[in-house]
Amino acid sequence: MLYRENGQFKTTYRSDQQIFPIAQDRIAIGLLLAVAFVAIPLFASEYFYTSILIPFVIMSLAALGVNLLVGYCGQISLGSGAFMAVGAYGAYNFFVRIPGLPLIPALILGGLCAMFFGILFGLPSLRVKGLYLAVATLAAQFFSDWMFLRITWLTNESPSGQVSVNKLKVLGMALDTPVARYLFCLSLLTLIALLAKNLVRGAIGREWMAIRDMDVAAAVIGIRPMYAKLSAFAVSSFIIGVAGALWAFVHLGSWEPAAFSVEVSFRLLFMVIIGGLGSIMGSFFGAAFIVILPIVLSRLLPAMGDLVGVELSTATVSHVELMTFGGLIVWFLIVEPHGLAKLWSMGKQKLRLWPFPH
Amino acid sequence: MAFFLETLIGGLMAGMLYSLVALGFVLIYKASGVFNFAQGAMVLFAALAMARFAEWFPEWTGIANPVLANIVAFVAAGALMFIVAWLIERLVLRYLVNQEEATLLLATLGIAYFLEGVGQSMFGSNIYPIDIGMPKDPVFLFDGVFPGGILVNQEDVIAAVIAAALVLALSLFFQKTKTGRALRAVADDHQAAQSIGIPLGRIWVIVWCVAGAVALVAGMIWGSKLGVQFSLTTLALRALPVVILGGLTSVPGAIIGGLIIGVGEKLSEVYLGPYVGGGIEIWFAYVLALVFLLFRPQGLFGEKIIDRV
Repeated sequence: MLYRENGQFKTTYRSDQQIFPIAQDRIAIGLLLAVAFVAIPLFASEYFYTSILIPFVIMSLAALGVNLLVGYCGQISLGSGAFMAVGAYGAYNFFVRIPGLPLIPALILGGLCAMFFGILFGLPSLRVKGLYLAVATLAAQFFSDWMFLRITWLTNESPSGQVSVNKLKVLGMALDTPVARYLFCLSLLTLIALLAKNLVRGAIGREWMAIRDMDVAAAVIGIRPMYAKLSAFAVSSFIIGVAGALWAFVHLGSWEPAAFSVEVSFRLLFMVIIGGLGSIMGSFFGAAFIVILPIVLSRLLPAMGDLVGVELSTATVSHVELMTFGGLIVWFLIVEPHGLAKLWSMGKQKLRLWPFPH
Repeated sequence: MAFFLETLIGGLMAGMLYSLVALGFVLIYKASGVFNFAQGAMVLFAALAMARFAEWFPEWTGIANPVLANIVAFVAAGALMFIVAWLIERLVLRYLVNQEEATLLLATLGIAYFLEGVGQSMFGSNIYPIDIGMPKDPVFLFDGVFPGGILVNQEDVIAAVIAAALVLALSLFFQKTKTGRALRAVADDHQAAQSIGIPLGRIWVIVWCVAGAVALVAGMIWGSKLGVQFSLTTLALRALPVVILGGLTSVPGAIIGGLIIGVGEKLSEVYLGPYVGGGIEIWFAYVLALVFLLFRPQGLFGEKIIDRV
């Protein structure tokens, strides 16, 4: 940022406690939102929406939810895919069983289903932590995989768990164009990200962080571990559930339980690690990275193969993708455990002092 | 009654194989405090190497002797696992000493992805057979006691015997050898072990090598049963509840946990499954482990965790 914040004095507590206390940051965020809401819809193509923008927006929302739990509260979860699935199928059930239910209440009800599921599978976190908890949350994953495949009531008697929705409408407007779907997801993301940002700045967020940093010490100073952990599970799985419902309803349209397999849980965890644990902004970076990387690799690698005269199969590309993911995870954990968000803020700090480093 | 016994024995055999994978987890956790999520990927990698070397050896040398090919493949795969273990210590663990358990867990997740990618691009991603000459035909036991006898899979019996032998060898190695004692010392306290002159880096390489060897044996057995394919990695996910149930730091725990889970899975599938739509094998072990965790967070034989501020 080529600006100084000299001379921006705060004279009230209100102005000191803003989300963005520096005027230039506010302007930058405003511009960013303007680009996202106005400029991108003017220029983006159909392919760009369906394969990059909409997945990115929805996955950011999910990563945000995972980050609240893993990054802010320190409860490693490998069951995020399950929470997405519960959100998706929960919303679907309300949507088809209550005729005329608008989309937004259906999404919220789906999120609430995921919330209860999350609290249920968060209960072990009261007794166990770390590795044991990671395995315990895997239970949620495998249970949901099975549940939506075998309990046909949940999938409206569809034998293989494959369901679909169509003719979505929000506030009387049909979500039939990619632009409309993108804007709808983006609005939800903006709203929830703002809520989450304020949540982690407030008392609850501080309790989560205290539990993450050292739970015994937090309990000693009067933070109730049960309340803090379960609230983290509740809020996080609500957000992940809404993201799952959006992914199913808006992005996929028709889906089956395999769309929310354990692979999705791992991907979400990677987004959070690469983006930055314990950072709202990191969730966006991570989601962008993980969504875009496979697309870039699938284009770049064959092109590079052509240059040296080697024919690369799709299998090879997917293997390289696996290796890249794995290598990056390890690299980030060793070199920059706070992820891309930390790199970003370091860059900002450097530029703030540029060209004089002191 | 015969059917119940058949299911029980089937469960015990499957449990023995789970124990084998779980053992890999326990070994690494015991000696380095790393919960190795990459164990499944290592099983896949080792099995792929073994299957492909056995296939390539006759092609390259023109010696069409299956026994020799298998032995060479086994040795080559073992050497490869040694290199993998060395690289993991060299490139990853060395930089993550004294990090939190969670960080190490995530690092092994990264290693798992990397190994899956490398393994499949080196050795291919189809289904490959491993033929180590295990008899496939089932046999009937106790013909006189039960009508029709009890159907037992010979292959399973041999696999269970190999697994048991490996477990025995490992416990002897841990208890009786100098290296084994060093490993236990490192497990108890890294710093103390280091201060009396036990080289931490070398110990870690040894542990990962042993885990690699266990993965190779597990991969060989499962591979010859089901063929070597990507789904072998999910085997590790199946073995996780075993470790949780038995306790992360206990070798006997891994074995008994494996047997409990194996038997529980089979019995629940047969007797409980039909009421809820079947296929409950997938989650039964996890939910069992989860319920168990609520009552005894450290597992059956695990050490009690004491937190201090």
